[in-house]
Amino acid sequence: MSKVPINYKRKDFQSDQEVKWCPGCGDYTLLASVQSFMAEMGISKEKIVFVSGIGCAARFPYYMNTYGLHSIHGRAPAVATGVSVSNPELSVWIVSGDGDSLSIGGNHLIHALRKNVNLKILMFNNQIYGLTKGQYSPTSEEGKKTKSSPFGSVEMPFNPMSVALGAEASFVARSIDMDRDLTAHVLEEASKHKGSAFIEIYQNCNVFNDHAFEQLTSKEGRVANRINLVHGEKVIFGAEDELAVTIENGEAKIVKRADIDDSQIYVHDTTKKNPSVAFSLSRLSHGPYGPTPVGVFRQVERETYNEDVIGQIESAKEAKGDGKIEQLIRSLGTWDVN
Amino acid sequence: MDNKEPSLENKTVESIPAVTIRFAGDSGDGMQLVGTRFTDTSALFGNDLATLPSFPAEIRAPQGTIAGVSSFQVQIADFDILTPGDNPDVLVAMNPAALKAHLDDLAPNGMLILNEDAFEEKNIQKAGYKTDPRTSGELDAYRVFQVPMEKLTKEALEDTEITGRAVLRSKNMIALGLISWVFNRPLEDTENWINDKFKKLPEVADANIKALKVGYNFGITVEAFHHTYVVDKAKLPEGEYTNINGNIGLSWGLIAGARQAGLELFYASYPITPASDILHELSKHKNFDTITFQAEDEIAAAASAVGASFTGKLAVTGTSGPGLALKSETISLAVSTELPLVVVNVQRGGPSTGLPTKPEQSDLMFALYGRHGESPLPVLAVRSPSHAFTTAIEAARVALKYMTPVILLSDNYVATGSEPWKLPAIGDLPTIENNLTTTINTEEGFLPYHRNVETFARPWAVPGTPGLEHRIGGLEKEEGTGNVSYESANHQYMTDMRAWKIANIANDIEPLEVTGDEKADVLVLGWGSTYGSITQAVNRLNEKGIKVASAHLTFLNPFPDNTGDVLSNYKKVIIPELNTGQLIKLVRERYLIDAIGINKVNAEPFTAQELYDEIEERINE
Repeated sequence: MSKVPINYKRKDFQSDQEVKWCPGCGDYTLLASVQSFMAEMGISKEKIVFVSGIGCAARFPYYMNTYGLHSIHGRAPAVATGVSVSNPELSVWIVSGDGDSLSIGGNHLIHALRKNVNLKILMFNNQIYGLTKGQYSPTSEEGKKTKSSPFGSVEMPFNPMSVALGAEASFVARSIDMDRDLTAHVLEEASKHKGSAFIEIYQNCNVFNDHAFEQLTSKEGRVANRINLVHGEKVIFGAEDELAVTIENGEAKIVKRADIDDSQIYVHDTTKKNPSVAFSLSRLSHGPYGPTPVGVFRQVERETYNEDVIGQIESAKEAKGDGKIEQLIRSLGTWDVN
Repeated sequence: MDNKEPSLENKTVESIPAVTIRFAGDSGDGMQLVGTRFTDTSALFGNDLATLPSFPAEIRAPQGTIAGVSSFQVQIADFDILTPGDNPDVLVAMNPAALKAHLDDLAPNGMLILNEDAFEEKNIQKAGYKTDPRTSGELDAYRVFQVPMEKLTKEALEDTEITGRAVLRSKNMIALGLISWVFNRPLEDTENWINDKFKKLPEVADANIKALKVGYNFGITVEAFHHTYVVDKAKLPEGEYTNINGNIGLSWGLIAGARQAGLELFYASYPITPASDILHELSKHKNFDTITFQAEDEIAAAASAVGASFTGKLAVTGTSGPGLALKSETISLAVSTELPLVVVNVQRGGPSTGLPTKPEQSDLMFALYGRHGESPLPVLAVRSPSHAFTTAIEAARVALKYMTPVILLSDNYVATGSEPWKLPAIGDLPTIENNLTTTINTEEGFLPYHRNVETFARPWAVPGTPGLEHRIGGLEKEEGTGNVSYESANHQYMTDMRAWKIANIANDIEPLEVTGDEKADVLVLGWGSTYGSITQAVNRLNEKGIKVASAHLTFLNPFPDNTGDVLSNYKKVIIPELNTGQLIKLVRERYLIDAIGINKVNAEPFTAQELYDEIEERINE
């Protein structure tokens, strides 16, 4: 269809629209990361579609020089499902936020993941409602004081990795806005994945929730607290690599390496069919506090919704031939009046 | 029962022009099936016909109670009919509750066939009778035939593999066999149908056919049934016919609409009564490149259709009233993004869950105005099962030509009722234009909101088209570029443009046609499923020498260009609707005519006689 693949540059993916996020917003870094990755992805840009819902992150499609549809709050996975199923040749990306994906759009998110629709979902998690100027979100920590929770939020937050794994998403990963290398890696793995990919990206809102991710982004924090999940490698972390993750009776635990034999350390396997271990890894942290796993949690092969839908159409055509209206209107039996 | 050899010496066959039969029983008694079978046999025989199924919202409502009664009415005729009949001439009541629920409708001296085995003390009381209605004198005005249907079923199935309670499931076939005898209908077609349906359960097929024959033979045996009736073939226009209900007609219309536009159909829906059958029907026809998407909820159904439309499909989402409410915000998105979308609403009684299985026309205002902001769109309504086919095509045409969402209203009465349909010549179906483009449309590059000068439609550039990459969304857009714009004059312009684009469709649709006595002083104006009753009532009034004309709207927005001129020709405009007065408000507001309403929301369609009386009364007022 396309005359390209060409040597794209990042600027080929920049639209002519002025970017209007607050100065210092983590979304700028993410936009740059995504535009750079698109130039490397090897898919011609007319086949790329960005779909979004509502929120700060949802303005993303306007800044991408691809096809884009800025839809309504929470519905991006449903809109994108229509796009993706209708034309399986498209590379369909969703950019969403924690409120958009996990509050108003929670239902669409879990069903898109369950069905394994061929969609790449980027959820920028800033743990706050930014566009409506600072209310607590479904990922805000308990006790969070905001305009709508002056005495502290009384809600237990979602753990987005656990939600996605609970819905049996076939690809689940987490990154951090500041970490462009990790983001690039995760985007690449997602783009190669067949089916739904869910990527949570911790994104700093410097206006309404600044420093939310400091325990993972500060100089000390990033070495002390990041648990890098790398397929095929032992899960070891800490400033001196002094900590490790083990799986005991199906439960992930953080242990001191000094207390165990290295052979007991969990070797990360993203391809396990059963999502239990990945789920257990997701329970090591309940937000970006203390030791927190990042990277790809799960990456399994599963039939995509798109393939199955197209497959049924093709087998129906094989069995019955191309539909003819003449036959359709006679399918219930006819009689002649002379 | 007397076991003497059947004797047909004194059988008589009376020819009648039309008959209305109502089958009524518990919702598990199989009355819908019996009615449908009798209908299909009559259709194949060549009668004109119309049907009215009616059932409770519960799948198995409490047995033996009035709430649990399910019924199926069919009128068959040897002439062109438009309604399923007013009062049944024949009532088959499978239990006391069915009798109690329907007796009032039975025509004087009507034929009443009772399943006498169900008239036990307990059932009689459950139905709310204090004394046995068979002996209280209240059935004296009718010709009562008591048939021991359960005893006959047990006898018929004695030598089969069916045992226990399962035996009585075949008692509906006794009723069907008997009615087939009374109306001189051969059993062959039904036998074939049973064999086909129970291909994998031959013992069930065998049992049902046995019961069917026993019912038929009961008519031969019992002299009381020796006066039989025949309704001749109808003198319909020559051609090939099939029997369809509104949901089928609409489904086929959507497939045909996609074909006529050279597009593929994407239908997204969440199961809801009475629209689910559209999803069922379209799911069967994947060899038409039809994608059906059973979404996780109503909103997802609408949203996925918007996504499909963005990629160049004929995108349709179907629902009933409560689901339309949920889709409202997404329809506004389609208004703003100016993407083609057909939204089917098979109306039912409201508000809230309301009466899920009953007809009502109470979503008209909601279809026109049930969105936030200034959000105009075309609204069409189907009037009959065959009209559903052509109107679905028309809805697709308007959506695609004008790049707009369209609401297509049906209702439970049209959706589930059936009628013979003369098959159209496929070559006569309209070709549908669309706005797909692969080329840059201005010197400044591709502008997604640079409009067609005649239709004001914007170009439809779909993902995959090189060089036309663009972004659209729900934020207000700048005319031409489609870029986000908060500029005040632009919002005024775009609001006016969206309204004008829809209003402009008025001169691209069929004008409002007047039938009946056109020179009368009185016009009856209707829309949707009241068409059959209104037309029949007006015909009868004309036959009695009462001057009255009728007109029926397919487009409720915009009204056809000539609507004002038509209405101004009459001194009185009467508007019957199955709501508390919705079209009448639109007509009064738009044309400043003091129209007169005939309104009801009693979960039943208008009968022709009811409208005859009501119209006559208002003419004389």
